Amino acid sequence: MKHILLSLLLLPVLALASEAEITVKAPVDLSDHESLQRGAKTFVNYCLNCHSANYMRYNRLQDIGLSEKQIKDNLLFAGDKVGDTMKVAIDPQDAKKWFGAAPPDLSVEVRARGADWLYAYLRGFYKDDTRPTGWNNLVFDKVAMPHVLYELQGVQTLNHETHALEIVKPGKLSPAEYNAMVGDLTNYMAFMSEPAKQSRKYIGIVVLLFLGVMLVLAKKIKAEYWKDIK
Amino acid sequence: MSDTKYDNSNGLSFQSPTAIDLEKRKFLIQATAATGAVGAAAVAVPFVGSMLPSERAKAAGAPVEVDISKIEPGSMMTAEWRGQPVWIIHRTEEMLAKLDAHNAQLADPDLEVPQQPAYTKNKGRAINEKYAVMLGTCTHLGCSPNANFAVTADWDGGFVCPCHGSKFDLSGRVFKGSPAPTNLVVPPHQYLTESVLLIGEDKQAEA
Amino acid sequence: MTDQKVSATASGSTGSGSSGLLDWVDARFPLTSNIKNHLTEYYAPKNFNFWYFFGSLALLVLVMQIVTGIFLTMHYKPDAQEAFASVEYIMRDVFGGNIIRYMHSTGASMFFVVVYLHMFRGVIYGSYRTPRELIWLFGVGIFLVLMGEAFFGYLLPWGQMSYWGAQVIVNLFSTIPFIGPDLSEWLRGDYLVSDATLNRFFAFHVIALPLVLLGLVAVHLIALHEVGSNNPDGVEIKKHKDKTTGIPLDGIPFHPYYTVKDLVGVVVFLMVFTAIVFFAPEMGGYFLEANNFVPADPLKTPAHIAPVWYFTPYYSILRAVPPIGISQFPGVAAMGLSVVVFAFLPWLDKSPVRSIRYRGNLYKGWLAAFVVSFVILGYLGTLPADTWGQFGAWMGKADRATVVARICTAIYFLFFILMPWYTKRDKTKAMPERVTH
Repeated sequence: MKHILLSLLLLPVLALASEAEITVKAPVDLSDHESLQRGAKTFVNYCLNCHSANYMRYNRLQDIGLSEKQIKDNLLFAGDKVGDTMKVAIDPQDAKKWFGAAPPDLSVEVRARGADWLYAYLRGFYKDDTRPTGWNNLVFDKVAMPHVLYELQGVQTLNHETHALEIVKPGKLSPAEYNAMVGDLTNYMAFMSEPAKQSRKYIGIVVLLFLGVMLVLAKKIKAEYWKDIK
Repeated sequence: MSDTKYDNSNGLSFQSPTAIDLEKRKFLIQATAATGAVGAAAVAVPFVGSMLPSERAKAAGAPVEVDISKIEPGSMMTAEWRGQPVWIIHRTEEMLAKLDAHNAQLADPDLEVPQQPAYTKNKGRAINEKYAVMLGTCTHLGCSPNANFAVTADWDGGFVCPCHGSKFDLSGRVFKGSPAPTNLVVPPHQYLTESVLLIGEDKQAEA
Repeated sequence: MTDQKVSATASGSTGSGSSGLLDWVDARFPLTSNIKNHLTEYYAPKNFNFWYFFGSLALLVLVMQIVTGIFLTMHYKPDAQEAFASVEYIMRDVFGGNIIRYMHSTGASMFFVVVYLHMFRGVIYGSYRTPRELIWLFGVGIFLVLMGEAFFGYLLPWGQMSYWGAQVIVNLFSTIPFIGPDLSEWLRGDYLVSDATLNRFFAFHVIALPLVLLGLVAVHLIALHEVGSNNPDGVEIKKHKDKTTGIPLDGIPFHPYYTVKDLVGVVVFLMVFTAIVFFAPEMGGYFLEANNFVPADPLKTPAHIAPVWYFTPYYSILRAVPPIGISQFPGVAAMGLSVVVFAFLPWLDKSPVRSIRYRGNLYKGWLAAFVVSFVILGYLGTLPADTWGQFGAWMGKADRATVVARICTAIYFLFFILMPWYTKRDKTKAMPERVTH
């Protein structure tokens, strides 16, 4: 009974329609520093074991409101420095042996795939015994990656009639909590894909205001000189 | 069509020379030029700034921690900071005793030229007299001098630059007659514990 | 010639203080006379409209591309192992690097926006007609070099689109009969697009083509200033000159009148440009494609590859032309021709008038059909060939998009091929003696 309720609850969110079509928007808000910080923590704890983010420096996390000390105490692996990039612990060659494909670097994953895709992907794992890892994904068919977060999300299966995912074994988190967690993670990865995105927008506003002043002056000077012309 | 009708128009129609407000034009040109100059300066910021050390260079040049407990008395180790050699010399009592002996032969025995942080402008040129810390880069033209700790009648142990023969003592002070003009540089540093040295950042910077 | 008077009054004052330094320079280098010839005493028609902004804007974008390019070169690494990472390094670790990079990537697309509009201006006002054929030919040369510049530059970020775009385009050369396969191998310097290809594309992009481009821009401007600018009326302003000064009656000094006018155009352009750079540098995937944030992988082609938007009309033509037997060469030849055909315009146009203002409906109809075809071809080029599904059995189940692309391709070429005929038959209006507005 509980399962059915759960899946009903999830239906509108997880009925991801066909494989290609992603209808749910990811909760990306780059100004929400708390969400970004939670996402960063999840990223370091779960993703960074197998995936690198080789272009992302830890000290860039100061942009989302963390101090150097907080980064050092909560996020850094032993021996790393705050100026280091997010390197991966495992050897990519080993990873290739285990998963059949080397886990890709995630620095710019959101720019490549889109945040909505990623959000759907993180929620789209389901049990599939035909796969070597035992897992498949609704938006990434035959994905090589196992469901790392299944203890939190629980186990889903694909209902082939409704083409929706149903939770058959609940995890440690409620569906709402899980969605919030991977939402934060997606948000963080969106930030990481272009850390300077917020600041460039601020600069852009200043530049446009300046050009507005320039435009007024240019128009005045043009009008003044073109008085000569009949 | 007759051209005479346009003869002195020439596309330009000056009602009369006074109709042109030269003052206004001058003002507008100056205002536009000044604003444009501000804009050009702002545009220059990312371009000029892009040539500064990048985040990667800064990370690579970050302060380094060095464990100095393994240095045998009378020997030295070379650490790397900002890609440059940093010498840490574990000086023995005999070595320290000899430092004052050759003061007369030195160019700047009293460390008048600020080649070291204020906290090492002292007798041993160090925070902890036992350990001398200095950049292993000759102040002449940037070669790295060689250590020569073997004491002879006229040599108390020190460094000799292979490039042009500059000589330094075990505090990095330069001997008179060397091409090098000043003592070796002491980088900012501090002790994190008794045996762990942080090179590249001093206590003042943190305060 | 005694034509000093007018410009002197126009620019306000000459002053008596032409300094000793200026005289010293002028005795050794024609500084003052060059300024006169190209600015203060270059007489441009007084009736330029907004279409005439795009020439100076193209020059502005060229300068921006060169400057940003120089600074990118300081950090970029033309090495298959490091290229992708060095671009992200610029984006993240170099101070101001993201702005410089976005200026360059946006500049590439805006270059084509501006140049397409500049070319269109030339077409509608007949700026390629006698005596301006050489200006037009140099311009077509600039356009071709620009396409090469864009193509070589696009490989440098070494993303998936960079890689497979280069792979496909280099392979186009292999369809050329007899020499094709060897030619494309020679271009790549390898059996596939590789480090060797990247390195030579880098050389072409940052040295070879910019030099050619600068030379062509110089001769384009020299030729323009030799014969003088055309105008929206397409009348020759040099036909009516002031009898005493010899200055065209409808001409005004380029400086200060068009410098201040172009300044307005420049500021408006920069507003659009910076809005893109700071708020939407990807331009919805048209300026920077999502797939190019995946490092190049020679073993995996992305599901859908398409060229950047400014190449898509020609790419559509390539796809639309059916192969002969197993040879894809007809499509490649058609694509090449579709670009080069612009060069023949001065000799295809037989109309007694230059400007669209005095042309008849026959020409206007053909031009409209051409523009619509060009836009449709450009749009279809961004999509897979089966994007609109198939026709029914009555059309042999052909792809709808392919059929449309073929019709547009036909119109595209007929616009040029039939031009001598319809421009002669066109009912033109009488051209005025002097410029109107």
